[in-house]
Amino acid sequence: MNQVYTVTFRLFVISLLLWLCFPGKLQAQTPPAQEQAKAAEQKKAEENPFAPEQARPLPAGMTGSDANDPRAKLKPGLYDAEAIAKGMKHILLLKKPGPFQLEADDPSNPKVQKTLGLLGMSDTSKIPKPFQLVMAQLAFANSDLAFQRNHLFQGNFYGVSIYDISNPAQAKLVTSMVCPGGQGDVSVYKNLMFMSVEMPNGRIDCGAQGFAPEPPAKAGEENKPTLPAPQKERFRGVRIFDISNIRNPKQIAAVQTCRGSHTHTLVVDPKDKNNVYIYVSGTSFVRQSEELAGCSGEAPDKNPNTSLFRIEVIKVPLAAPQNAKVVSSPRLFMDSRTGVLNALSSGPTHDSQKPNVSDQCHDITVYSEIGLAAGACSGNGIVLDIKDPVHPKRLDAVNDPNYAYWHSASFSNDGSKVVFTDEWGGGLGARCRPNDPNKWGADAVFNLKDNKLSFAGYYKLPAAQGDSENCVAHNGSLIPVPGRDLKVQAWYQGGISVMDFTDAAKPVEIAYFDRGPIDPKMLVLGGDWSAYWYNGHIYASEIARGLDILELTPSELLTQNEIDAAKTVRVAELNVQNQQRIVWPNKLVVAKAYLDQLERSQALPADQITAVRNAIQTAESSRLTRGRAKLLSFARSLKESASSAKSAVDAKRMQALAEIFQRPVK
Amino acid sequence: MRVCAQQPAPAKPVVVQPGAPGKPTRALPATTKAKLPPVAKADVQFMQGMIVHHAQAVEMTALIESHTENEEVRSLGARISHSQADEIKFMKRWLVSRGQPIEMTMTEMHQMHHGKMSHEEMMLMPGMLTAAQMAALRQAKGDEFDRLFLTGMIQHHGGALDMVKDLFDTAGAGQEAELFNFATDVDSGQRAEIRIMQTMLEKTPSKEKR
Repeated sequence: MNQVYTVTFRLFVISLLLWLCFPGKLQAQTPPAQEQAKAAEQKKAEENPFAPEQARPLPAGMTGSDANDPRAKLKPGLYDAEAIAKGMKHILLLKKPGPFQLEADDPSNPKVQKTLGLLGMSDTSKIPKPFQLVMAQLAFANSDLAFQRNHLFQGNFYGVSIYDISNPAQAKLVTSMVCPGGQGDVSVYKNLMFMSVEMPNGRIDCGAQGFAPEPPAKAGEENKPTLPAPQKERFRGVRIFDISNIRNPKQIAAVQTCRGSHTHTLVVDPKDKNNVYIYVSGTSFVRQSEELAGCSGEAPDKNPNTSLFRIEVIKVPLAAPQNAKVVSSPRLFMDSRTGVLNALSSGPTHDSQKPNVSDQCHDITVYSEIGLAAGACSGNGIVLDIKDPVHPKRLDAVNDPNYAYWHSASFSNDGSKVVFTDEWGGGLGARCRPNDPNKWGADAVFNLKDNKLSFAGYYKLPAAQGDSENCVAHNGSLIPVPGRDLKVQAWYQGGISVMDFTDAAKPVEIAYFDRGPIDPKMLVLGGDWSAYWYNGHIYASEIARGLDILELTPSELLTQNEIDAAKTVRVAELNVQNQQRIVWPNKLVVAKAYLDQLERSQALPADQITAVRNAIQTAESSRLTRGRAKLLSFARSLKESASSAKSAVDAKRMQALAEIFQRPVK
Repeated sequence: MRVCAQQPAPAKPVVVQPGAPGKPTRALPATTKAKLPPVAKADVQFMQGMIVHHAQAVEMTALIESHTENEEVRSLGARISHSQADEIKFMKRWLVSRGQPIEMTMTEMHQMHHGKMSHEEMMLMPGMLTAAQMAALRQAKGDEFDRLFLTGMIQHHGGALDMVKDLFDTAGAGQEAELFNFATDVDSGQRAEIRIMQTMLEKTPSKEKR
């Protein structure tokens, strides 16, 4: 929106509200009455439902985000917002495809007016135009991402977009697949694509019409109670598509669940070549048993078969995926000694935050190689043993007084840490304002040892955001820089932030990208839902704007060698919540990355760093065999240095460096 | 140019809509645009009713300051008051931006309650405290207030759960994304608060014991 438009719009909202509040003509007034009117008007302004929420004062002992950060005051706009980046470069925004946009982009277009009419808006001329455009954006919000070879799959509440990213700078849309039902969380496995559906407008046949409201009551029957109408055509659960032909995905199965699927996790059991599994996290209402047999939203003491307090596990036979079905409903919140289903208390909630019952998981990340999963389950963070993936067992559960809603989890590559996120405000609220404590709505890094979690430190986007920017910790992935724990993460309209959590107690930011708010005065849902690293680039799913593609750039906090070392890791597929161990090739560029880190932490004397660098250069510029002897000799001395290194992190780097020098490849 | 002619033209993006499992996928025109699911009358009435419902919670929590010293009740009250006030704003936004009135007409209320109620009863959404209950709450102090407040708010919140259930049980309702999100949120939030209040109530000295 341009400035003139914005001002007009604001006046429009104010006049609209005044019109709502004082439909009558204002009479000529005496001074006291005038004052009264003024006070009344002030009160109305305070009550303006379109005004952003006011942040409350910082609680004692808490600190907020930095209002002086250059990201705090960027110019607003939908496609023309001011943007700023540090340590990364934005290379492409692909706008949200037409099939996921309302009837037209131009609000004065009669088609838009017609659509709004269908929404039940009696007089669309009364509604500020920009507002018409943004009022129903959640229905077409972009959501999570999955990757396979040269394709990126972007979920949307209305379907899936598939992009060709063989050349990221010129990524192209290949397929828009229309299939509404929200949130459209996606995963891919070989020729299969999985999709989460939770909303009541989801139809088995991917229809976009939803379900018709009941016909108006017949004359004389207005007072007859209407009975609930189970819809046989409704779908809430996990859809499975065959994507052998990327331009023509075919639905082959639709597995119904009682609460639908808010998110899901692909689980591949290393011991099972014939099946894959899907963990289903349902967070919304339980449907009627008339619609799906056996569903119940009752409390566990009333109904031991309640659909609450569990997840579902779907087994997908790879030879016949059309036969996928729910094979277990693990009671992750049970006390195994007493059999009580709701044994986890949701920890304390902080001021003004609504509490949450741990009767659901919001998201689960599995790390099959180490046999563990980390679950973010509303009021708790949990760790699961998944060696038998159909029967996950809870090993540990934690609360945190600063956590409102446990939202997602990811492991460090070595499995010694878990990063949880807190979706305080549900992602629809501005929670990175200067007065929002930076322990709320933050990442919490936990150490994981002997299957027990222990808290180490918080990390929150350091830059303050405006009160019209929805912002809180959200989805991210590891960046495969060897020798460090780096995570790239989306913060909705807070943009993208890269966190270094090598030191779990002191996570720090090393790079970022941010845009100004969509609208300066009204919170319009947008920003990055997920930001993931895939084969050398960062891809971010922008809820309102489209798909962002970015590249890391060297800085004092991250060298070109470290970036290049991360680029040596190539995967054929990426589903972030199905975490794979990162393994680096014994390439010299990986060695150079370790060396840069040892230099940064001053773990080796400068002359030794130089000597090793020279040896690497010799090996690179000549035939590898000629430089090998020199590298081997360094391998021995590095192992010695490792045994006396001041920090465990640097010792590991020296060890890894020595191993490369023993068997280097070009 | 001939050089270009040797390069195959990049394929245009396709728009497709899968069918039910096992059924073929249909091609849609490239010009396809998104459509919104219909907003049902029940959606609008749910929002209008929930505003009235929430307003009573705010009214109840306003009594806390002068009626009890119980820290737990006070901080619970502050939280309820704050979150319900925010939600009232959200609901008003939702209605106003859809050109809907924020209050139900009398006729609609009669229809909702199937015309079997007195005027006073009709003004009440499920679980709301009656005028008599509110009066008792206003007169109570200390432990007695805590008890009445907690039992009242549990009853009140229980009504919100019923309203959400009714919404999703109504044909064609609850399909609009923002509303779905909000109703889901109300459901889980109030469920959790009920649990907390039940625990608090167990600790509150009852009338008989004093």
